[in-house]
Amino acid sequence: MNVTVDAFRLISRAQGEYARCIDDGRMEDWPGFFEEDCHYRITTAANHSEGLEAGVIWADNRRMLSDRVSALLEANIYEAHTYRHILGQPAILEESDEGARSETGFLVVRVMRDGSSDIFATGRYLDRYRFDGDRASLAERVVVCDSSTIDTLLALPL
Amino acid sequence: MTSTLPENSAKREQDRPEWPDELTRVPYWVFQRQDVYREEQENLFRGPYWSYLCLEAEVPQPGDYRTTFVGDTPVIVSRDEDGELYGFENRCAHRGALLALDDRGSNAKDFTCVYHAWSYNLQGDLTGVAFKDGIKGQGGMPKYFCLEDHGPRKLRLAVLHGLVFGSFDEDVPDIEEYLGDEILSRIDRVLGGRTPVVLGRFTQLLPNNWKLYMENVKDSYHASILHLFFTTFGINRLGQRGGIIVSESGAHHVSYSAIDREAELDAGYSDQNIRSDSEYKLADPSLLDGFSEVGDDTTLQILSVFPGFVLQQIQNSVAVRQILPRGVESTRLNWTYLGFEEDTPEQRTVRLKQANLIGPAGYISMEDGCVGGFVQRGIAGAADEQAVLEMGGESAASSESRVTEASVRGFWKAYREGMHLRQENDK
Ligand code: FES
Ligand SMILES: [Fe+2]
Repeated sequence: MNVTVDAFRLISRAQGEYARCIDDGRMEDWPGFFEEDCHYRITTAANHSEGLEAGVIWADNRRMLSDRVSALLEANIYEAHTYRHILGQPAILEESDEGARSETGFLVVRVMRDGSSDIFATGRYLDRYRFDGDRASLAERVVVCDSSTIDTLLALPL
Repeated sequence: MTSTLPENSAKREQDRPEWPDELTRVPYWVFQRQDVYREEQENLFRGPYWSYLCLEAEVPQPGDYRTTFVGDTPVIVSRDEDGELYGFENRCAHRGALLALDDRGSNAKDFTCVYHAWSYNLQGDLTGVAFKDGIKGQGGMPKYFCLEDHGPRKLRLAVLHGLVFGSFDEDVPDIEEYLGDEILSRIDRVLGGRTPVVLGRFTQLLPNNWKLYMENVKDSYHASILHLFFTTFGINRLGQRGGIIVSESGAHHVSYSAIDREAELDAGYSDQNIRSDSEYKLADPSLLDGFSEVGDDTTLQILSVFPGFVLQQIQNSVAVRQILPRGVESTRLNWTYLGFEEDTPEQRTVRLKQANLIGPAGYISMEDGCVGGFVQRGIAGAADEQAVLEMGGESAASSESRVTEASVRGFWKAYREGMHLRQENDK
C-alpha cells in the first residue's frame, strides 16, 4: 500500500470543523460531514464492550441525520443549550489513500441558559473516514460515551 | 383527638397539610418533602408491592448475578446451582458494606464482602465469618453467634414472562393477583411465548421526583401534544382506535392504540389549532416501516406496574423501564431495549431504527426527560397548591378515550392508599 495522503491532517481538520459546527449551533450543516450511506450511533462503553447493537441515536444513512436535525428544529422540545466539544488528537488506527479508521477522545460541556456549565459527556469517537481529494467525510461514527448515564436528555448530537 | 396519636405522628399532621378528598387534586408538597420520600421507601418500595428487578435473560446460568435496586435499597438477584433465582439485599450483615460492587457477574461461587471477608452463598445466606474462632484461642466471635441468625434481608421473587419482580414484604399478593387478568394478558401479549434479548441499556438521570415520571407515563393526554412526532406521523393520535385500562386498585395501567382499518382523516387536531399539526415530513420515512409486532393491529402499548415499572411497545420498539427514586428531586430511569431471539435480521434492524423513538434522545420521549423538571421547578414555593386532574372526569376507571387523566388518578388512588394518606371516599 502506497500511502500518499496525510490522514492525520485530513482527519484533524474534519474533526475541528465538525465540533465547531455543533458548538456554533449550525445543526443544518451537521449531516454534511457524513457520507450518504453512513452509520452513526451513540452508545455507551458498557454496551460497546458487551457488543450490544442499540444506540440512543442510531442511523444507517445521512437522511436519518437530516431528520434528526429537522426534528430538533421543528418538533422536539428542550431548553436552549449549547455544547463545547474539546477533542483529543486523533489516533490513526488504519489508513490508505481511500480512507482511514481513527479513534479520538472527546469531552463535551453543556452550557445551559441559566448559566450553568457541566461536563455532559466524555468518550471517544470510533470513526471510519473516506478521503476524496482534500476532504475527509465520515462513513461511520460510533460515539462511545464513557458513562452509561445521560443527564435529562440528549437533544443536540455529540 | 390528636392527643391519642403518638407524638411524631401528631407533629407530622401539623406541618403537612391534609391530603385532599377528591382524586382530582394532588398537593404539590408530595413532590417536595423529605419525610414523604422516606415514607415511600418504607410503605411502597419495602411494602407489599412488586418492584421490577431485571430480566431473567440477564441471569441465565447458575453463578450469574445482577445488582439492582428496589427503591433506593441495593439488591442482588442471583441464580444458584439449583437453577433457581434468589434475591437479597446487597448489604453485608456485619457492618453493612455492599456485597457486590459490579452491575453483573458470572461464575460466582459465593459473595464475599471485601471489608472483613464475611461470605454468603448464592441464596444470600451467611456461610462464613473470617476468624470466627479467633487465632490461638484469642478473639473471635462469641460462642452463641449463629450464622443462620444473620444475613441480608431476602426478597420474595416472582418471574413473569422473563420479567423478574421482587418484594421485601412476605404478605405481598401473588404477582398474578397483584396485576389482575387484564394487565397480565397485556404483558403476555408482548412477551408471551418469546425469548427477549437485550439490545442495549441506557440510563437517564431525571431532575425531578420519581412520581412525576410515573404520572407522565400514565398521562395519555399529553402524549400527542408534547410529542409532535407521535401526532404528525399518525403513530398515536388520540382519535385513533384505542383506550386506557386502569386496574381495579388504580395501581397499574395500559394505554394502547391500534391501526384503524377504516382509516379516518383525523380532523380533531387541526380543529384545535395546536402545535402538533404540521407539514413536517421525514426524509427517511423508513424509520416508521415496521411489522405487526405479534400479529395484531396494536401499534402502541404502554403498560405500567405500580410503583415503578413500565413495559413499552411503540411500533416495534420494545423496552422495559425501571424507575428508581434517587432523592426528592432526582430519579434514575433505566431503559433496557429489547429484541427477541425469534427476530429475523430485518426485524432486528427495524427495532434498532425505531429505538430512535425512545430513550434519552428519543423523538417521542426526550421531552419526558425534561418536562418533569419543568414541573419540579414550577412548583417551587407552591407546596400548598394542587395539581388539577379533571380531564375525562373524576374517576380512575378504564375508558375508550385517551383524552383522560383516569390512569393518573389511578396512580394517586393506589398511592394514597399505600401511603395511608386517605382511604375512605375513594372513587
Ligand atoms: S462489613 Fe462485610 S465483612 Fe465486615
Ligand atoms: Fe411522553
